[in-house]
Amino acid sequence: MKTETQDLKVIVFQLRNEEYGVPVEYVGSIERLQAITRVPGTAKFVKGVINLRGVVTPIIDLRERFGLEEADYNESTRIIIVTINDKEVGIVVDGANDVIDVPQDAIEPPPEVIGSVDVDYIRGVAKLDKRLLILLNIDKVLTKEELKEINKVERS
Amino acid sequence: MDMNQYLEVFIEESKENIQAINDQLLHLEKDPSDLKIVDEIFRAAHTLKGMSATMGYSDLADLTHRLENVLDAVRNGKILVDSNMLDVVFASVEDLEAITLDIANGGAGKRDVQQVVRQLERIENGEKMEGTNDKNDQKHDQVVSDVSNHSIFKELDEFEITVLKESIEQGFETFQLHIKLREDCLLKAARVYMVFEVLEQVGEVMKSQPSVEDLESENFSNDFYVLVVTKESSEDVKKRILKVSEIENMEIEPFSVQSYVNRQWEEQEAAKAEVAATVEKSDEQQIDKKQATPSQKAVNKTIRVNIERLDILMNLFEELVIDKGRLEQISQESNNNELKETVERMSRVSGNLQNIILTMRMVPIDQVFNRFPRMVRQLTRDLGKQVDLKIEGADTELDRTVIDEIGDPLVHLIRNALDHGIETPEERKRKGKSEEGSLTLKAYHSGNHVFVEIEDDGNGINKEKVMNKAITNGVLTKEQAQNLEDSQIYELIMTSGFSTADKISDVSGRGVGLDVVKNKIESLGGSITIESTEGKGSMFSIQLPLTLSIISVMLVEIEEDIYAIPLSSIIETAIVKKSDIMHAHNKEVIDFRGKVVPLVHLKKIFEISSVQTEEELYSIVIVRKGNKMAGLVVDSFIGQQEIVLKSLGNYLTNVFAISGASILGNGKVALIIDSNALIK
Repeated sequence: MKTETQDLKVIVFQLRNEEYGVPVEYVGSIERLQAITRVPGTAKFVKGVINLRGVVTPIIDLRERFGLEEADYNESTRIIIVTINDKEVGIVVDGANDVIDVPQDAIEPPPEVIGSVDVDYIRGVAKLDKRLLILLNIDKVLTKEELKEINKVERS
Repeated sequence: MDMNQYLEVFIEESKENIQAINDQLLHLEKDPSDLKIVDEIFRAAHTLKGMSATMGYSDLADLTHRLENVLDAVRNGKILVDSNMLDVVFASVEDLEAITLDIANGGAGKRDVQQVVRQLERIENGEKMEGTNDKNDQKHDQVVSDVSNHSIFKELDEFEITVLKESIEQGFETFQLHIKLREDCLLKAARVYMVFEVLEQVGEVMKSQPSVEDLESENFSNDFYVLVVTKESSEDVKKRILKVSEIENMEIEPFSVQSYVNRQWEEQEAAKAEVAATVEKSDEQQIDKKQATPSQKAVNKTIRVNIERLDILMNLFEELVIDKGRLEQISQESNNNELKETVERMSRVSGNLQNIILTMRMVPIDQVFNRFPRMVRQLTRDLGKQVDLKIEGADTELDRTVIDEIGDPLVHLIRNALDHGIETPEERKRKGKSEEGSLTLKAYHSGNHVFVEIEDDGNGINKEKVMNKAITNGVLTKEQAQNLEDSQIYELIMTSGFSTADKISDVSGRGVGLDVVKNKIESLGGSITIESTEGKGSMFSIQLPLTLSIISVMLVEIEEDIYAIPLSSIIETAIVKKSDIMHAHNKEVIDFRGKVVPLVHLKKIFEISSVQTEEELYSIVIVRKGNKMAGLVVDSFIGQQEIVLKSLGNYLTNVFAISGASILGNGKVALIIDSNALIK
């Protein structure tokens, strides 16, 4: 029982070949890709807006947000709807298909090695058997302030 | 007891009471000898004091207590009403308002009221009138309870009688309860609610005296009557009721329907007379509570609905509008006549529904207007002017969202009129006008718009001065100034950084006011025009849309994307040959009905594609912002449609030239173009 209460339930999604996790309480739903209306004059990673059951919801591309190379959207591409501080935003990821429990003690702080820049949107890394899961501070992902830093981020 | 659940009620009622005090004070100023008004103010203050003390807001209670003392002295003829005294009282009411606002914003309701309290004490000055307060109030209560005593369930209607008879057949018993709340019970409505809840557990409440509406709005003294059907014994019911705290006493007695019916015949005549008397009396009571509604009868056919629920209803309806749009599209495409008819019918019904929902969200503009009398009074005193404020059409209704936004612009305009418009009494005398200036605030409906006019009989706008100022400011050249029409000159005073006041005063004249007003009103989808006659006065007229949530737009296509342009800013559409396009200072312009109109390529602005259109014909939407125009170049026009305005959410704020989004019939999102941002 004791360990269970300390578990963190996360939604696992793929980006390039890596697996990321966001705490399940931030996630509203996971959607298939649908027509995105471009909004001019916004940051490049803002793909536009979609009609999410009557609510106009902005969409950001996580690959571009993290400075990874662009990839074409395909069948497995998903939009994860997250809600933080009354902001509802959809993030485009390569795939999302898993919910797992991560024990608190399996979470380590983000690795600090030379050549990597501290990015506060990474909350920690969880090692589970042979999987490595990068846990995100999703609210930091949404802020635009440290946009400049993104380009410097090493691909950890 | 957890107070939080009553906080909202408390805040609402405090606001009402403060407003009542305010209104009555203004009446009192006009007629200082009318002690009835003082009574009313006193009553409101007294309620406020009691409530705030229970809720634990000591500053509020303290201040109202002082206020009460002063008022009491006035009532007893110890203090004369004069403007100095009223100033202090107004100041204290202002403090009360600030404290209430603080509480409403989650604050602790603390505020330094020492100064005002001291002033109040000075007025009160040795003439302690305490003790009489309570007596007076008791007397008041007595009168009211008399009223209720006379009229217990005289008016059961046929339906109620049938239900009562039926329940007796099913083994239920009917009781008449007389419940008396303690004198010092403050949140009476809450107690009543608890009593009703207890009664619902054991049976059913048939009727109450006073009516449930009155009970809910605390429109009763300390006791009330309830008619209950239950299977429990009278003792049980009594025990349960007495468990509710702050109940002083309750009597329970069986109520016989049969004898009621028999008796009714005989008593009808007598009852009629009595009921009439009661209605009259309870009417008076109502006026005390909410003055200025003399025509209101005791029974009010309204319910209170949480605004959030209305918003949800609106959202749901908006969804429906979207689907309706989709259905219309489908029925157009298919050739099924039955489908077409059905869809047409549905469109009509949903149109009616839309009207009803929109009117449900309407609130009278009085909510904004009611704070002006005091503001005007204060300002005129500060400025040493005499002004008579007239308010017309305060019951004109506007959508809540518009009401929330319109307050500040109006404040600006009124300050402006008082400061720059209306002259000092000496000057007015010299000009042969009456010393007292007049300021009229008028609201009325016209078509799909609401007009708000602010008219003064002051100095008017000096055209020469405005033009000279504009020329020295570099806003326009001398040559341009020659050709301006009057309305265009007046509009100049609403450009930023413009002030023609000779002196900069505290009130206005820094030149930040009017352009802000203009922008605000335009952002609400409205417009403002000025009429003025020099020496005679000026009028600012504001035109506002009835609602902000559903608007008519013109849909246009740019490459793959569909954009919406609000009809309110469109003058017309045109198709122009490429050869007709002229160049002026490296900008593309067209000659539109004799005017030079610059073109804006939306493709470029929205970075849709960098390739210039090579087509021979340009589709152009001519939009305007005030007197300025621009031609928006689009790929093609789709048509006119009613759309539901949606925001882009909290994440995407301040997107250039986009004011929102809407969902089209096909489920796709279309962006709404803010054409005001495209015209400088």
